[in-house]
Amino acid sequence: MVQWQDVCSVDELQPDSGVCALVEGLQVAIFYMPKDKAVFAINNYDPFGNANVLSRGIIGDINGQPVVASPLYKQHFNLQTGVCLENETVTIPAYAARIVNGSVQVSMPE
Amino acid sequence: MSIKQTLVVIGNGMVGQNFLDNLVSSPVKEKYEIVTFCEEPRTAYDRVHLSAFFSGKTAGDLSLVEPGFFEQHGITIHVGDKAAKIYRDSKTVVSEKGVLIHYDKLVLATGSYPFVPPVPGHDRAQCLVYRTIEDLEAMTAAAENGKVGVVVGGGLLGLEAAKALRDLGLQTHIVEFAPRLMAVQLDDAGGAMLRRKIEELGVIVHTGKNTSLITDGEQCMNKMCFADGEELETDIVLFSAGIRPRDDIARDCALDVGPRGGIVINNQCLTSDPDIYAIGECALWNGMIYGLVAPGYAMARTVVADLAGKEASFTGADMSTKLKLMGVDVASIGDAHARTQGALVYSYQNGDHEVYKRLVVSQDKKQLLGAVLVGDASGYTTLLQYCLNGIELPENPDALILPPRGDESVGLGPDALPLSAQICSCFDVTKGAVCKAIEAGCTSIGALKAETKASTGCGGCAPLLKAVMNSELAKHGFTVNTDICEHFAYTRQDLYNLIMVEEIRTFDALLEKHGKGKGCEICKPAVGSILASYWNDYILKTEHLGLQDTNDTFLANMQKDGTYSVVPRITGGEISPDMLIALGQVGKKYKLYTKITGGQRVDLFGARVDQLPHIWKELIAAGFESGHAYGKSLRTVKSCVGSAWCRYGVDDSVGLAIELENRYKGLRSPHKIKFAVSGCTRECAEAQGKDVGVIATETGWNLYVCGNGGMKPRHADLFATSLDKETLIKYIDRFLSFYVRTADRLQRTSVWMENMEGGLDYLKSVIIDDKLGLCEQLEQHMQHIIDTYHCEWKATIEDEAKLKRFRHFINSDQPDEMIVFVEERGQIRPADEEERKHFKLVEVA
Ligand SMILES: Cc1cc2nc3c(=O)[nH]c(=O)nc-3n(C[C@H](O)[C@H](O)[C@H](O)COP(=O)(O)OP(=O)(O)OC[C@H]3O[C@@H](n4cnc5c(N)ncnc54)[C@H](O)[C@@H]3O)c2cc1C
Ligand code: SF4
Ligand code: SF4
Repeated sequence: MVQWQDVCSVDELQPDSGVCALVEGLQVAIFYMPKDKAVFAINNYDPFGNANVLSRGIIGDINGQPVVASPLYKQHFNLQTGVCLENETVTIPAYAARIVNGSVQVSMPE
Repeated sequence: MSIKQTLVVIGNGMVGQNFLDNLVSSPVKEKYEIVTFCEEPRTAYDRVHLSAFFSGKTAGDLSLVEPGFFEQHGITIHVGDKAAKIYRDSKTVVSEKGVLIHYDKLVLATGSYPFVPPVPGHDRAQCLVYRTIEDLEAMTAAAENGKVGVVVGGGLLGLEAAKALRDLGLQTHIVEFAPRLMAVQLDDAGGAMLRRKIEELGVIVHTGKNTSLITDGEQCMNKMCFADGEELETDIVLFSAGIRPRDDIARDCALDVGPRGGIVINNQCLTSDPDIYAIGECALWNGMIYGLVAPGYAMARTVVADLAGKEASFTGADMSTKLKLMGVDVASIGDAHARTQGALVYSYQNGDHEVYKRLVVSQDKKQLLGAVLVGDASGYTTLLQYCLNGIELPENPDALILPPRGDESVGLGPDALPLSAQICSCFDVTKGAVCKAIEAGCTSIGALKAETKASTGCGGCAPLLKAVMNSELAKHGFTVNTDICEHFAYTRQDLYNLIMVEEIRTFDALLEKHGKGKGCEICKPAVGSILASYWNDYILKTEHLGLQDTNDTFLANMQKDGTYSVVPRITGGEISPDMLIALGQVGKKYKLYTKITGGQRVDLFGARVDQLPHIWKELIAAGFESGHAYGKSLRTVKSCVGSAWCRYGVDDSVGLAIELENRYKGLRSPHKIKFAVSGCTRECAEAQGKDVGVIATETGWNLYVCGNGGMKPRHADLFATSLDKETLIKYIDRFLSFYVRTADRLQRTSVWMENMEGGLDYLKSVIIDDKLGLCEQLEQHMQHIIDTYHCEWKATIEDEAKLKRFRHFINSDQPDEMIVFVEERGQIRPADEEERKHFKLVEVA
């Protein structure tokens, strides 16, 4: 069974942008696209820049995939799968995320 | 395994290096062990652009050798060692430093030396020449203490040298033996026009002068005495009286040389010894020495082909040239002097615009034999193509030089050229080769350059290359894609116009009406920047926030470890001791690394995102405001100390710099913008390397535009002279407004201007002559920006809701544990990977 954790309220998210939350000791970048009522969660660590910065990247879509661009060297990561578009052998952890009754929830791996 | 033969190249100049470049890309290189001698203290550099040394290019910038070239190709180079003697019997070369090498094949590429007439006194101090980087260093040193400089020789090189002397701040003269300037290329009327133009620039020209003696001067270091009894005092004498081939080493081993010098070669570039080639300016082909680089390159290609056993021959080269000499366009094509039998001459002279053009046409009026252009060389490419490709002339050949009346166009479209037409003469690239590369998928100038090398030499063929590319692409049904990204089928300028015309205020509204998808990191900041420069809204308004790069969202510059640096504005680089102390206190309190920037301010590094508002609260309380170092916007206006303190200062450069910086601070633009103001022509503020540069002169401010430093430095162009402050500011208002409105995303002013049809002249006509009738609008727009300026940091710290973003975690006050500093030279720096690991262990233990 999937375990959902409350992280924060929707009001604390940034529309069309990202924030970082601390969940079970891990840094999780949470992005919010209000028009699609969508939230995405991935690890905040940029494996190319070696720094915890992905929540501060610009989000959008490339060929229909929701993505964030690293603020350091601009690689794109798919927000659903964590796969890097420029180098598919690199994947960062992606987590399930949802909004329930105004609360943002993330499911962390066991 | 076959044992390799040895190939020795003497001389690593422009042609010697070009030969090596060609050789290593040919399979024949496998046959040889390659050794080269380079007399100069550095490997090959671009002599053609030598004068750029004075505008700030370094020896490194001018280098023609790719880093690691010799190592990568296993070539042995002896730098700073001159080949002293060739022993043809034993096929060995001995160098001055005692290196002895056996050769199987030998290539001489020793170039030439400047001819110095044997006038008594020619070897006095500060009698110099113009050929190597060392020569230029000697000139700069001599100019330090001198006031007057004389160039002996009014040819191409002499004029270039005169410009250099003038730019060094010397009163400059040209002394020419012949009755006119550029005697080789120009006829009397063309020479006279050129002379008038050059004298207007303040250079004094003496023709028909024969120097008989150089001796002690009274006011200056030297005095030149002429055969006609006149005298001229000068500090520097710069000889530019032609070149002589460096054929000593060949003469010494009894190779054939010409009666007036030059190593005799045949069509394969072989000398009288079948194992020795000669190429470049040391070689004499068919009684000719070619003092240009393109024929040398052609010889180099011939030798590589010959070594590879391929059929190849050098059969002479075209000597046409086009130059900008002291801002005057001059070109000469083919038989400029109408020496061909039966040749007809057409000429056009416009005293008002100071233009002179002359066509030399065959007796049947069908072929163009030569041409001379002074003052306006825009027709050069077309005429050269007529001449080289034997294209039949139009019925009235003079239409080619007469100013266009009405709409008729006399240009030769790229389609009129045969496939054999040479587009790039430096690398001998034909139209056919360009078309082939386009078919193979090169659809941009960059790709074509990389594939064919066209336009990577002197660059003179760039417009033609572009025309050929566009016409070929159109033929293949390609349209050149200028869309900003997949979300908008528009250029940045289109988007700007849409936002302006439809009064669009948000990204979402623009996307809904004109785009698709959700946007990306390309269109979002671009639109964010347009909205900011048009409406000047606070960029952290909720609806704009997601558009900004992280630097803009956090109003600071992200560094490699995810921390930020903070740069408060220090207008004009002027700061009081109290402010400096306040800055130091903040740096100390937050343990920031501090460094002085190139723009005369202080950068504070290592601030965590949660510290930024605290730091800024203190800075603002001390009287600082945002420096906008994070934005694509006006950065700094650098200044020298100017007339207030400097004994040379002509005007108050600091005062003007502060006024300009305060006027334009906060302006969002397609890319960063830098300014500088110097208090006199000594130019201590380096204004000519900036987007906008201002230099004080006795008669007012001189305005330079479109320069930049960075990866691809560019010298700014002189835009207007002797301006009063009001006019200066008006021009800058218009210039910036026009740039913000029409440039592409991430396009510096230099590239923007270079890509503009008509370039600098067009820009002048828009900004100075108001050709588009836009100036009033441009000024109003700028006034709006100035009136609505606000310090973004002040607005941010006053807004509780905005401050919430300045935390690393939304649900915890912990900082990011990955951010770890170590100490170096008494300050912090980010720990590297190894150090971080170590730190964690220590912390856990
Ligand atoms: C200021 C200036 C502007 C110019 N502008 C133009 C232009 O606009 N267009 C154009 O086409 N051309 C121009 N030229 C000419 C162009 O630079 C030459 O045609 C070109 O450099 C010739 O190349 P090269 O290799 O034959 O000679 P160089 O470049 O002179 O190279 C010869 C090298 O061989 C070395 N050498 C000589 N003897 C020995 C030895 N025994 N052992 C070891 N090394 C030796 C020399 O030190 C030198 O480094 C210009 C030249 C100058 C000086
Ligand atoms: S540019 Fe002129 S005024 Fe300014 S510091 Fe240099 S010498 Fe002095
Ligand atoms: S030159 Fe390179 S390393 Fe230095 S600050 Fe600029 S980008 Fe960084």
